[in-house]
Amino acid sequence: MRRLVLALALGAGLATGAHAAGPAVPLPQEQWSFSGLFGTFDRAAAQRGLQVYKEVCSVCHGLRQVAYRNLAALGLSEDEVKALAATVQIKDGPNDLGEMFERPGRPSDRFRSPFPNENAARAANNGAYPPDLSVMVKARADGANYLHALLTGYADPPAGMTMMAGMNYNKYFPGHQIAMAAPLPEDRVTYADGTKATTEQMSRDLTTFLAWAAEPELEERRAMGVRIILFLLVLTVMAYMVKRKIWADLKH
Amino acid sequence: MVGLHKSDVANPVLRWIDQRLPVITMLQKEYSQFPTPKNFNYLWNFGALAMVNLVIMIVTGIVLAMHYTPHTAMAFDSVERIMRDVNFGWLIRYIHMNGASMFFIVVYIHIFRGLYYGSYKTPRELLWILGVVILLLMMATAFMGYVLPWGQMSFWGATVITNLFSAFPLVGESIVTWLWGGFSVDNATLNRFFSLHYLLPFVIAGVVFLHVVALHITGSNNPLGIDPKGPQDTIPFHPYYTIKDSVGLGVYAMVFAFLVFFFPNYLGHPDNYIPANPLVTPAHIVPEWYFLPFYAILRAVPDKLGGVLLMFGSIAVLFVLPWLDTSPVRSMRFRPLLKPFFFVFMIVCVVLGYAGAMPAEGIWVTISQVGTAYYFLYFLVILPVVGKLERPLPLPESIAAPVLRGGGPVPAGAVAKPMEKA
Repeated sequence: MRRLVLALALGAGLATGAHAAGPAVPLPQEQWSFSGLFGTFDRAAAQRGLQVYKEVCSVCHGLRQVAYRNLAALGLSEDEVKALAATVQIKDGPNDLGEMFERPGRPSDRFRSPFPNENAARAANNGAYPPDLSVMVKARADGANYLHALLTGYADPPAGMTMMAGMNYNKYFPGHQIAMAAPLPEDRVTYADGTKATTEQMSRDLTTFLAWAAEPELEERRAMGVRIILFLLVLTVMAYMVKRKIWADLKH
Repeated sequence: MVGLHKSDVANPVLRWIDQRLPVITMLQKEYSQFPTPKNFNYLWNFGALAMVNLVIMIVTGIVLAMHYTPHTAMAFDSVERIMRDVNFGWLIRYIHMNGASMFFIVVYIHIFRGLYYGSYKTPRELLWILGVVILLLMMATAFMGYVLPWGQMSFWGATVITNLFSAFPLVGESIVTWLWGGFSVDNATLNRFFSLHYLLPFVIAGVVFLHVVALHITGSNNPLGIDPKGPQDTIPFHPYYTIKDSVGLGVYAMVFAFLVFFFPNYLGHPDNYIPANPLVTPAHIVPEWYFLPFYAILRAVPDKLGGVLLMFGSIAVLFVLPWLDTSPVRSMRFRPLLKPFFFVFMIVCVVLGYAGAMPAEGIWVTISQVGTAYYFLYFLVILPVVGKLERPLPLPESIAAPVLRGGGPVPAGAVAKPMEKA
């Protein structure tokens, strides 16, 4: 009976929670370096993903929650981070004359967004708003798989489907009409490490990078979790043994 | 009775304090020697677990409030700053976030335990009512807390739930405007929700104190539902139940840790990582899982006012529960007729929760309606009627009796199994 109560109560919470987040179109389930209970981010893939973001996505999509200094976690050296930050101009100020000015980026700056505000972004993109990608992997159900499916899910619209002007057909986008054109054609970037830049490869790399951007604490979190749960396990077993001992002297 | 309290504390400093403010005597009486039925099972852990959970929520919440900014333009980003830049901010926030879910898991089990073993019956009616007050306060607190990160579900959840009040005739619209502090869910709403979200947990702590005081007047119920007849039926709270609660606490902490460290966003909704946008309505607005059964009841009725009244009614009925159950027998172990109805009730609550997560269309509306009907039927018809018709099984003479009589291990299939493990 007790077991049933617990199972039902827990089951109710967990099942409905999962269901509320269920995706509309079934997504292909990929194997990621960071999936599973103990996965970690593939640093090489994440660095390639950073390159894809920088050369392709960043033209339209921001990453405003991530600071350049955070990239050290992906294995970039201090100098590389400094150099990367310095490639953008950041608006700062006001200075002593009360004027705003532009200066090269610093590692402490956050990724510069391509547009100053949503209206500017829409004006430049035919009315569509390219969302910020900082927490995108957490902001979609089954985020990593969704992102990869979306990036590789462009196709010709099925016969009989009328597309709105400027829209592209995508198998996994809700409603199947997406304003973003297929962003990752073969060899869109040239990888420094010689990896062949197929659509699949770039999409996987980018997804890894954005998964890190959304949950930079993931590795530390899981490592801490293992230690804490092992500790609690030992503690609970010991508490149980003490309980048995204390209750043993009770004639019941 | 003027003068120093007579204290038998050995330590002179502590005795000096205890003579003037007898907190140590009080603690010894209420938490150490406190005579407690000897036959609790592990379901009696959940009150203590709820207390611990409340403390965890208050401590993590206070730290989060040091870093959070209650402004529509900054709230979402300030939460992300906590996740990224505050030392162990991700840990504190995930504990707080999943702590809300754990709190409801624990409290729902606590409530179902009370329902099953008849803990709401005389003389514990007021104890039960205070518990329902705590549940209501928890719901209000959790709802307002969910609004604070100012994601899409925060915003639209706040919009939907506050709009419920507009169903009341004449005054409805004015109430909604008053709740919002404006003509839409906006900065004023966020600010007052933050203020109240900080306040209400302390109100909960106050009611919890009253809940515990009331418990210590009547004493605890127990799985047999019969009153202890004497010292042979009770044991001191410490060390027997402090250690038993510690075991439960360990298991609870492991479940909690598993959620926090490995599935921190599992019980949440991904849309809440999209910044609030009043111009874009999410495809499905769903509340947090712990509100889903009530959400299903709300949507089961085609009429808005009717749905709102039924939803509030589903909690209100709990206040009068002690007078709806006409049976003098507390524990359902001795109530063969009611027991199956109770298990169906439990399943109905789960099904309602599931239906609440589904779109309000097709079969789910029917399921919600049947579930809602049973929910109210159980309290308003089944409990009063079955109590009259039922012939309860014979109650044991005392808590100690089943063992004292046999002298050996309890035979399999015996009605009362005092030391069964959960």
